[in-house]
Amino acid sequence: MNRLIRRTVGAIPVIIGISFLIFLLLHLAPGDPVTLMLGDNATPQDVENLRRELRLDQPILVQYGDFISRAVRGDFGKSLKFNEPVMKLVAERLPATLELAFASLLVAIMIAVPLGVYSAVKHNSLLDHAGMSIALIGVSLPNFWLGIMLIYFLGGQLNLLPVAGRIEYGIEIKSITGLYLLDSLLTGNLAAFWSAFQHLLMPAVTLGSALAAIVTRISRSSVLEVMRQDYVVTARAKGLNERTVIWRHILRNALITIVTILGLQLGALLSGSVVTETVFSYPGIGDLLIQSISARDYKLTQVLILMFAVTYFVVNLLIDILYSWIDPRIKF
Amino acid sequence: MFSLRFLKIWVGGAILSLLVVCGVAAPLLAPRDPQAQTLEDRLRPPRWLENGSPAYSLGTDNLGRDMLSRIIYGSRISLMVGVATVLFAGLVGCTLGAVAGYFGSTADEIVSKISEIFLAFPFLLIAIAIMAFLGQGVGNLIMALMLSRWVQYCRVVRGEVLSLKERDFVSAAKALGGRDFYVLYRHVVPNTFASVTVIATFGMAIVIITEASLSFLGLGVPAHIPTWGSMLSEGRSYINRAPWLTIFPGLAIFITVFGINLLGDGLRDIFDPKLRRQR
Repeated sequence: MNRLIRRTVGAIPVIIGISFLIFLLLHLAPGDPVTLMLGDNATPQDVENLRRELRLDQPILVQYGDFISRAVRGDFGKSLKFNEPVMKLVAERLPATLELAFASLLVAIMIAVPLGVYSAVKHNSLLDHAGMSIALIGVSLPNFWLGIMLIYFLGGQLNLLPVAGRIEYGIEIKSITGLYLLDSLLTGNLAAFWSAFQHLLMPAVTLGSALAAIVTRISRSSVLEVMRQDYVVTARAKGLNERTVIWRHILRNALITIVTILGLQLGALLSGSVVTETVFSYPGIGDLLIQSISARDYKLTQVLILMFAVTYFVVNLLIDILYSWIDPRIKF
Repeated sequence: MFSLRFLKIWVGGAILSLLVVCGVAAPLLAPRDPQAQTLEDRLRPPRWLENGSPAYSLGTDNLGRDMLSRIIYGSRISLMVGVATVLFAGLVGCTLGAVAGYFGSTADEIVSKISEIFLAFPFLLIAIAIMAFLGQGVGNLIMALMLSRWVQYCRVVRGEVLSLKERDFVSAAKALGGRDFYVLYRHVVPNTFASVTVIATFGMAIVIITEASLSFLGLGVPAHIPTWGSMLSEGRSYINRAPWLTIFPGLAIFITVFGINLLGDGLRDIFDPKLRRQR
């Protein structure tokens, strides 16, 4: 518990550092951000009003203090493009990104762990080489291109799956958690579940494939490492069958490395969602970020980037906690 | 296995060389001006398809520009951004890592705290954030990518230097009167080159994909410069009518990144003795 508290307290300076860097970005923008945001047709009065509203007329440290004190209270102001509170926009779209991230993670684990373990157990076999070649191809595939190709073949040519959005137009869904798959199951709305599932499939495969490739390689090398340990030899020597040795003795110990890599890659998954959501017009935070950037809504962009960074940080903290569950030798 | 390792290096190296040749000799290799528009020939398919013309081997885009020429010219940006980022990020990261690892104490603490902040961001997000505020441009792009990549070099070099500085040859160099900076750059840093080469190779693959992603999102280089990412983005609207507009630039990115990753894999197999034992 002590270490957990230490870890959380230790995170505070890093989060402050992150927030300061993000805050500084607005001031690094070439030219006057207010003029850029309002465009050429704005009157000097409009510019002055917005400057006051954004508190850009104050000294930089006062602005930063103000930014932090509002952020702590959850008040991030209004979006210029959408004319709505930033937090409302984020709350509407965050579940979509989380659903996509979870689904991609699931896709990655389902492909990578069995493939990696199998490659390691049968290492140097033809299947091992084939598995590693697939992983190398997966790492090299730009995921936005994979997404466009899936849209072309599965959506356009074969007409098997919907190519954009989260759910079919006209299907109503009662929002409880905002996660469509979960909400439709909770309300027993199978039509909505099927539609949300179909809409999620291609984006999840697109986003999950690169992660799957990385995790396959890590799983393989991690299992190979564990297989050489003395306790595995002992387990075999005492006559345990191979399945028990692999599942209980090898995989359980190899999981630490796999979970670490999954945690580290979650950041890539979150930022990858920006690209994937753009490809599939998927209404999540990533899509919102690109919209806010192209509308030069700096306030919204600042908050969204901060949200991504903090989410990534919190996820890594949670991964640390997960270790003690996987490996009871690690105590917090 | 030894020959397979070299096969990876040969194939990867050949693909990387092809990229270099395409980038450097683009004006000689490209059959047409990549910007020249021939509106009567717009959306012409590749030569082997129905309606294809021998004048346009890979077809034309929505403005009648030659796809092959644009792909050849597009390699310039990938190559330039890839090499420049790897060089700058490597230089900054290795220098800071070496200083932090060798001198320890305050230098190490400062560098470690700064790198922790950069590590707290996913690197694509750092690049998106910087490009969002600085705007499009090759210089901005290289800076954004450099800021998101230097930390990888810094961490690895710091770790290696920490262990190398305790070795006998370093003590011997010091005993012979070598000054700190001399020992660091003459004896310690050269011993990190193997790891740095491997990270730089994989790093270049990541940078090329990131550059393409940023250009795809409209956050890369200005729209008039042909890049593989922006070609993909423009071609997306014509995916069902003219799939070659997205297939070829995507293939170009994939083959390049695959080649560089193959080269990185081969180099790592040779340089990493732990991995050699695993085989």
